[in-house]
Amino acid sequence: MVKKIFAQAYLWILLLLLYSPIVIIVIYSFTEAKVLGNWTGFSTKLYTSLFTTGTHHSLMNALINTITIALLAATASTLLGSVAAIGIFNLKSRSRKAISFVNSIPVLNGDIITGISLFLLFVSLGITQGYTTVVLAHITFCTPYVVLSVLPRLKQMNPNIYEAALDLGATPMQALWKVIVPEIRPGMISGFMLALTLSIDDFAVTVFTIGNQGLETLSTYIYADARKGGLTPELRPLSAIIFVVVLALLIVINYRAGKAKKK
Amino acid sequence: MNKRFLVFLSSRKSWTLPYIIFSAIFVVIPLFLIVVYAFTDDNGHLTLANFQKFFEHPEAINTFVYSIGIAIITTLVCLLLGYPAAWILSNSKLNRSKTMVVLFILPMWVNILVRTLATVALFDFFSIPLGEGALIFGMVYNFVPFMIYPIYNTLQKMDHSYIEAAQDLGANPLQVFLKAVLPLSMPGVMSGIMMVFMPTISTFAIAELLTMNNIKLFGTTIQENINNSMWNYGAALSLIMLLLIAATSLFSTDDKDNSNEGGGLW
Amino acid sequence: MQEDKSIIEVSHVSKYFGEKTALDDVTLNVKKGEFVTILGPSGCGKTTLLRLIAGFQTASEGEIRISGKEITQTPPHKRPVNTVFQKYALFPHLNVYDNIAFGLKLKKTPKQTIGKKVKAALKMVGMTDYEYRDVDSLSGGQQQRVAIARAIVNEPEVLLLDEPLAALDLKMRKDMQMELKEMHKSLGITFVYVTHDQEEALTLSDTIVVMSEGKIQQIGTPIDIYNEPINSFVADFIGESNILNGKMIHDKLVRFCGTEFECVDEGFGENVPVDVVIRPEDLYIFPVSDMAQLTGVVQTSIFKGVHYEMTVLCGGYEFLVQDYHHFEVGAEVGLLVKPFDIHIMKKERICNTFEGKLLDATHVEFLGCSFECAPVEGMEPDTNVKVEVDFDKVILQDNEEDGTLTGEVKFILYKGDHYHLTVFSDWDENVFVDTNDVWDDGDRVGITIPPDAIRVIKITD
Repeated sequence: MVKKIFAQAYLWILLLLLYSPIVIIVIYSFTEAKVLGNWTGFSTKLYTSLFTTGTHHSLMNALINTITIALLAATASTLLGSVAAIGIFNLKSRSRKAISFVNSIPVLNGDIITGISLFLLFVSLGITQGYTTVVLAHITFCTPYVVLSVLPRLKQMNPNIYEAALDLGATPMQALWKVIVPEIRPGMISGFMLALTLSIDDFAVTVFTIGNQGLETLSTYIYADARKGGLTPELRPLSAIIFVVVLALLIVINYRAGKAKKK
Repeated sequence: MNKRFLVFLSSRKSWTLPYIIFSAIFVVIPLFLIVVYAFTDDNGHLTLANFQKFFEHPEAINTFVYSIGIAIITTLVCLLLGYPAAWILSNSKLNRSKTMVVLFILPMWVNILVRTLATVALFDFFSIPLGEGALIFGMVYNFVPFMIYPIYNTLQKMDHSYIEAAQDLGANPLQVFLKAVLPLSMPGVMSGIMMVFMPTISTFAIAELLTMNNIKLFGTTIQENINNSMWNYGAALSLIMLLLIAATSLFSTDDKDNSNEGGGLW
Repeated sequence: MQEDKSIIEVSHVSKYFGEKTALDDVTLNVKKGEFVTILGPSGCGKTTLLRLIAGFQTASEGEIRISGKEITQTPPHKRPVNTVFQKYALFPHLNVYDNIAFGLKLKKTPKQTIGKKVKAALKMVGMTDYEYRDVDSLSGGQQQRVAIARAIVNEPEVLLLDEPLAALDLKMRKDMQMELKEMHKSLGITFVYVTHDQEEALTLSDTIVVMSEGKIQQIGTPIDIYNEPINSFVADFIGESNILNGKMIHDKLVRFCGTEFECVDEGFGENVPVDVVIRPEDLYIFPVSDMAQLTGVVQTSIFKGVHYEMTVLCGGYEFLVQDYHHFEVGAEVGLLVKPFDIHIMKKERICNTFEGKLLDATHVEFLGCSFECAPVEGMEPDTNVKVEVDFDKVILQDNEEDGTLTGEVKFILYKGDHYHLTVFSDWDENVFVDTNDVWDDGDRVGITIPPDAIRVIKITD
């Protein structure tokens, strides 16, 4: 019993440490002070000004860019990665190892290396960097994670179910669509979610591939902001909102997964 | 076209083709370009000058060594904090709720820079000076979930009967941990170490923000050079870091490709 | 009546996986409406044969016809057969109804018809009211019933069953065997059933096909196969048996265990080595008397529910005997066997024969290795030769490094006073060994052949 209390206490202290900065952001999103850490009384002005059109145009633009880039990159890498995983699963072990190795490069490589290597690619090819290059770069580091989450589903699958579908009269394409895809769907979804998260969170790769045409994502916006000296106060309510939305989403997903399991 | 290639195209193996082409363009060629740039000068002539510059510059080497040191310390602290947490989370006697696990992963969903700036605010709040300590704390704070999660995963999947077998054979709790649990969770520990060490060694913006630009890490050095259009020197520094990463992953690689040979099945 | 018409014709089919031969020139005809069982130990090629018929793999050589139509290269979805898999292979994302309706929906059957057919199929397998259950919530036996329903609902001409009961427990397996037999009767379609369980094969089939090492050993009714096994492999694999080395003195007289016995077999020639098979239930056991053909001492005795199973040592040979009467261990007993219960089989081989090449006067190469042999005269080096080695001269060693070459023990036959082993050498050839040492299936061994055991024979053409 003592052991349990001790263990639980450890977890909660660790969580407190992890969450304290986020808590601070949330608290200070309800005050007007320009500098984080100054309390000038309760106010929701930052929230209203965040949503007032015009005032923080560039911040909202960065947010929209971040989300659209993430959606595009995650969708593309889910398609590319799932098709690749099916192909890899069918390969003989030697070529499979070779592709798995190439697949693991962007995972193991530091972000900065991936960023610089892509930067050099675009520069050498004389491609102007902007929205497209960022999306391509994000697909590059997201796809391996999709492959890694789809492949295990294929390996776990009873190999006979594909044959069973053929046996029952399905053409290879029908069997793929009606049997294999439903089987790997959970892997595709978790791959997509992972890709989305990685893309939204990315800074290092984005900063090297975004070019200088004035395009901003949330990460580069914050970075530029922080370098200039202070954080735009409206970032506090924005971060707080993002955090709450993600928290709510996760709780809902977890709750539903738990319920589905019980059923 | 030769016949074997046609057979390849008609089988489902050819589904790897788009990804092979994509990886060739966006993974293999770019890495190759780093090597090319590292060994050439501004005019494209072959040269070792970039590496010479690195080795003649005590400042650069110092930053490099210092970064490795910081990464090792961060990884160790993450391991010391993260292992007990992962162990408690996976132990059904001590923790029943899956939500706890989610709570530990949740901070990863908040933008890394926002989290870092919030940490800076936290230090300000308690008037802790921004320096080496803050840097390590900030990195640990950012990366400890990456340590907890893989360890939790292996501990979770571990067959409980190993522990019972160890107890049955007369091991005391400490021996059970040292002789059974720890060795069995090594794959998780290794991937945790990789997942913390790799980003810490190559980080740049986080360090900048956490120390108000007082401490420079190797990543920052690389980024500055690229930003100042010193692409060749930047590429050489990247190549050095790439070699370090390659060495680390070779060191921690165990052949865990225990996939059954289901190749060619469909 | 079309009873005698062949529905499946497999002719001279071989299948190679790289270097390995899974099926070696297999020819088999299955009659319409028959219940055929392909029986053999694991790795004998029985599943490969089934998969070739289903179309999951294509034959390397030979031809397969179903209902007279050549289908060797036809993809599985165009074949008039359906398969029941060992691990059920139900689609986990569909419920019971949708699993069974899968094939019908692909054929664009009208919805109402599908509903009726699915209900009928479920009734057939005794799973009425399970339509909307999740397949994961079913027990193994129930899942297998659904898998059977999913196959038969398509009304295939042939139902292929790949060890469908192997994953079930004993009681369930017995019940399902009866139900399958019933189902076969009422559906009237052809069943091709693969199993490694000889009892299951004897219970279910009209015809049994015994396979080993990619070859068909014997085809026959269960009674034929049991009573008249064609070789020692079949005799050992089907039921329990005493298999001994013997010698055919002349027609209707055989000598084994140091005694001459009357038998009913003829046409083997005179003084020819043969294998003698006696089923344990065909040996009469009684207190020693004048009637005894053999006398011996009871070594072990185990109660098996209905009968006792005893081993009796007679003049160095061990006999397995089953009888309702119990004899104490150590008791002296007499044994008797009736002439028609002695089964004589021609020996497949009386010694190892290899193709080889003479290297020099005292060295010969075969099985991929160079062996020292007794000096050979009258032959040039580099001549191709035949090499013979007696079974009991081959030496097996625990330590793989000690042998000239290595191999794996694959098949063990107890012959009363010694073991006859088949060792699969790493040169992909079988070496047959007689030994008194106990080895296990799958043991890795080193193989040595002493020089004086190697007989080099000139090939005369």
